[in-house]
Amino acid sequence: MNGDSCHAASPAQRRIVLVDLLDRVLAGGVIIAGDVTLSLAGVDLIRISLRALISSVGALESGRNRPEAIEQ
Amino acid sequence: MTPSSEAVWLYAVAGDDVADAANGLFGVDGEPVRTIRAAGLSAVVGSVALARFGEAALRRNLEDLEWLGDTARTHDAVIEAVAQTATIVPMRLATVYFDDARVHTMLNSHQDQLADMLRRLTGRTEWGVKAYAEAADPPQAAIANQRSTVDSNGGATGAAYLRRKRAQLAAREHRENLGHQQAQAVHQALSPLAYHHRCHPPQDPKLTGKSTAMVLNAAYLVDDDQGEAFTKTVVRLANALQGIDVELTGPWPPYSFAGIEGPDL
Repeated sequence: MNGDSCHAASPAQRRIVLVDLLDRVLAGGVIIAGDVTLSLAGVDLIRISLRALISSVGALESGRNRPEAIEQ
Repeated sequence: MTPSSEAVWLYAVAGDDVADAANGLFGVDGEPVRTIRAAGLSAVVGSVALARFGEAALRRNLEDLEWLGDTARTHDAVIEAVAQTATIVPMRLATVYFDDARVHTMLNSHQDQLADMLRRLTGRTEWGVKAYAEAADPPQAAIANQRSTVDSNGGATGAAYLRRKRAQLAAREHRENLGHQQAQAVHQALSPLAYHHRCHPPQDPKLTGKSTAMVLNAAYLVDDDQGEAFTKTVVRLANALQGIDVELTGPWPPYSFAGIEGPDL
């Protein structure tokens, strides 16, 4: 266990973790749906976005996230 | 009035007048953030172009990871900035209204729910706790390598390979079971310290970039005067428990606890 990873991230660091943010702003608290996106407010939206995310993750890993993956 | 080529993106709702906090912020479409007051509530909004944030455009743009990432971060930055000065109910990404009048209507029709939610969120903060089953420890890997050397000399490589594979699978299963048990222990230790909790689905390993399974992806709504005790407990558990890697994230705006279920307008 790396103790450092347990310290709270500063707000600036926090925003870097896109997956954690998307957990919250997409899959998290379902709020009052707006007008325009009414039909997007259900599960489909999450599925669409995460599919895009997963398909893009390979590209991300070969870029700047690579050192972290190697670390373990 | 908002011109018909524009729609109104909703970031958050506050009980107090947060016009000062919103002033000077720029939102997801680069627009100045402003507030709409009604029913004793304050909606933090921005006028965005339907060409980029209408339903058809959103459908397309949400598939674009870079767009999604930028938009999510800007949405969060606006919410975070306003949350520095007042208790807020943060809105889910892509909550869009046709015009200001519709936001007025929403504030009036959801007045009680929103006020009640603001009361529950006041003086409390969201923390995230994720845990992963621990990766294989070095001794096991060493044993596997040693065996393969012996077997390649001995000749019975097929059987040895299967034996090794089975042992690896069993070890992985053991680690994951242990991880799940430990995750439960973490959650049971933390949930009494929280006012409320919510478990998100585990993140896909392709997204976490970790080789081992996520066994806990929880959000806790914690009283601010309990915050230090909570975060210290997370660190203590992370250090004390074997077979699990624990990560703390936050503090977050209370995204995971701001739900008004259903698309009822």
